[in-house]
Amino acid sequence: MSAQITLAHEAQLTAILERCHTAALDAGIPDSNALPEGFTGTLGHFPVYFPDEIAHAAGLLPVNILGGGNKLEMKHADSRMGSFICSICRSTTELGLNGTLAGLTGFVTHPICDAAKHLAGIWSRNLPDQMSEILYLPQNPNTPGAVRYIASEYQRLRAELARKVGHPISDAAIRSSIRLYNKKRRLMRDLYEIRREEPWKLSCSESYMLVRAGTRITCEEHIELLEQALDAIRHRHVAAQDKPRVIFVGGFCEQPPLEMLEAIDDACFIVDDDLLIGQRWLNKDVPEDVGDPIWALAESYIERSNASPVQHDERKPKSDYLMAMLRAAKADAAILTAAKFCEPGLDDQLFWSKDLDEAGVQYLVLEFEEKMTSFEQMSMQLETFAESLLFALA
Amino acid sequence: MTTAIAEAVSDTRHTAPASHAVWTPFNAHDEGQRLIKQWYTTLETANERKEPVANVFVMGNAIEILRSFDFHMVFPEINSLQSGVRKTSAEFIRISEDYGMSPDVCSYVKADVGMMLKEEEHPVGKIPKPDLSISSNMCGTFIKWAEIWERRHKMPSFVLDLPGQRTSNWAVRPGDAQHSTDSRWVEDQFKDLIAKCEKITGKRFDIDRLAEIQGRVNQMVIHWNNVMELNRVCPAPYNAMLDGLTYIGIMNVYRGTVEGVEFMRRLEEDIRAKVARGEGRVPEERFRLLFSGTPCYVSMRRLVELFETWGGVFAYSDYLTFAAGGMDAAELLYDTSRPLESLAEVTALAAQRGLSNQFFAHERMEKQIRDYGVDGVVFHGIKSCRFVSAGMADTRDYISKRLNIPTLYIESDLIDPRYWADAQIKNRVDAFFEALQQRGGAGPLRGKEVPTGKGSLA
Ligand code: SF4
Ligand code: SF4
Repeated sequence: MSAQITLAHEAQLTAILERCHTAALDAGIPDSNALPEGFTGTLGHFPVYFPDEIAHAAGLLPVNILGGGNKLEMKHADSRMGSFICSICRSTTELGLNGTLAGLTGFVTHPICDAAKHLAGIWSRNLPDQMSEILYLPQNPNTPGAVRYIASEYQRLRAELARKVGHPISDAAIRSSIRLYNKKRRLMRDLYEIRREEPWKLSCSESYMLVRAGTRITCEEHIELLEQALDAIRHRHVAAQDKPRVIFVGGFCEQPPLEMLEAIDDACFIVDDDLLIGQRWLNKDVPEDVGDPIWALAESYIERSNASPVQHDERKPKSDYLMAMLRAAKADAAILTAAKFCEPGLDDQLFWSKDLDEAGVQYLVLEFEEKMTSFEQMSMQLETFAESLLFALA
Repeated sequence: MTTAIAEAVSDTRHTAPASHAVWTPFNAHDEGQRLIKQWYTTLETANERKEPVANVFVMGNAIEILRSFDFHMVFPEINSLQSGVRKTSAEFIRISEDYGMSPDVCSYVKADVGMMLKEEEHPVGKIPKPDLSISSNMCGTFIKWAEIWERRHKMPSFVLDLPGQRTSNWAVRPGDAQHSTDSRWVEDQFKDLIAKCEKITGKRFDIDRLAEIQGRVNQMVIHWNNVMELNRVCPAPYNAMLDGLTYIGIMNVYRGTVEGVEFMRRLEEDIRAKVARGEGRVPEERFRLLFSGTPCYVSMRRLVELFETWGGVFAYSDYLTFAAGGMDAAELLYDTSRPLESLAEVTALAAQRGLSNQFFAHERMEKQIRDYGVDGVVFHGIKSCRFVSAGMADTRDYISKRLNIPTLYIESDLIDPRYWADAQIKNRVDAFFEALQQRGGAGPLRGKEVPTGKGSLA
């Protein structure tokens, strides 16, 4: 009987993962006639963080634009962006120029780095009918006044979206979106909890697909899928293998190919990571029943948030948060990755390796590109790394 | 006054306006070199003299506040630039790459890291250890660079967050709601910074001192705007890419000082005289060009030569705007009766119109092409600088296809000599001029009257 239940859960999980896989790796956006009920358009936003609640409350499906993966053929972007720009910017440009993202109501980028800021100009020159802009999230979250400034930036966005959709976006609508997104974030935190406590029950690539699907589907559907998936995962009976526990960093913006995560999964338990950190940027619930929901979102950005290489915060020096992540996940080692040509990622990768040298923590340095297609060499490196870790830990 | 710059000018601080100074021959290049040398010399002993030092960038730096606390200013970008000019950048870059830095990151950062690993031994002298660093969000790399100093010098960096232009056709006017919101945020940060400066220096903030410094910046900006406008005439009296570098160097390093005002005053006078004499930078000006991006300092002479032998002169470079604080684009002067508020208001506007103009470059370029009567635009893509380069090819596409302006795209680096491909660049430059020649291009403003400029100190 219990074996049957397990099988049923496993079958359900497989079906959910398939659904997530299809949604997650679709670089396109839903057609205007295929939009989920209650939505009148899609709002594309570049990594890292975006206050999805505001778009959701406007009736726009927030879609995190995550580049083109390793199947996209570059036809236009090569002549519009130098070869020394990271892949996610180049492939996002390609998706804009080749018409894949033509149906977006708008596209929002952020001051995470200069290449990302340039996307707003590229968009305005080539897709002038779309709303395209930079949401100026501050790089100084420490000066008193930062929350007020972010709130004004969110209000500006809210007014622009209201103009776009042709109706005001009420506080009540934003509050109700906050409630939903809080729930979704709680579920994602549960996924990560399992990864830390019982990593054999959920691989990094599986959890990644479960999270990434949320960048494409409605929050409502995502919550449903996550709830079912969590239930099935908790019922999983898998024996713990002998693999070292590692954390993965470097996936905050451009996404590594899924095959790379699978290769790491084969060799190690990835017990924490910064993949799609923007989806999990807010690490506690946003206050739900407050007078000003915009203020609550702005304050949460500063006070209830994670860290990344593209956000400066005096309270979160880069080496401190890496060490805290290692400790919290009880990890044995770190996999320090960076996307090729990603200045913020490459800088932190090096200095993190120096920190780990100093702390006597083992690590493996890997560079990736979303368009990578060959992983054999990386798999061999990972195998050697895992073996040496196990040997050292024995 | 304890800063080197302040010491150097202390005797003249309250003297008669600079315009009453006695006439002596002026050579902007030589005078610029002398001032830069003087600055580096005073920096060398700043730590020994226990005087406060701040690392700052050329874009978004709050120099006015720092100067009011007598901070010495170190400009790491200028250090890296100088390492290129003095041919030591290759070695610094090699040292930093041996240390583990990626070949794909900003070569300015790598030169600085290389220099740090050589115990701050720079060809111009020893660079002092900072007590404070200020970076800004104008270029994302500034922040990462400052985080390296945080680790190295165990001191915090202050990120000045300056909200830039949000969308194309961003029509923010002084005093409107958006400008007020942004200014208030900038002012909050200035107040925070002032508190930090008070703590580091043990001095109280002196608002009159700030106003005095702002008054001098105003004078420099008026001269600067006039200098920029004077290059609209044909023949252009200076090369915006080459000579302009000396000018912006002084605009930055001596911002808000008596010496800075005097340099800019004499510069304007000198250039005005050249214009009156009909003296151009190139003996026979045939093509007026706009240079977009930053130059290649390791091959500077060669870069200039490639264009000037064809009678091409750079009448304008967007570098002059974003690397000189964006003040010319802001068309604003400080109101010294409200020093701090005004500092925030002008900084916010300068950030949007001047400093972040790279991100919507086509908008301003369209105007600059008209204003400077240029025949073509030269884009210089810098491999390791995404700030200037990431949108460049697309901007070029827009300028050439939609505005029908001839363009040239060349690629190398600021200070990494490995990226200078001479034969390839020369071929492209020659082909560009041949195409320009076929269009029959000569300076369309030839003979036009000298503009008077936006303001005058006379
Ligand atoms: S991958 Fe790095 S360089 Fe590219 S957009 Fe993201 S943060 Fe910027
Ligand atoms: S990336 Fe460009 S603008 Fe930024 S520090 Fe480097 S050279 Fe300067």
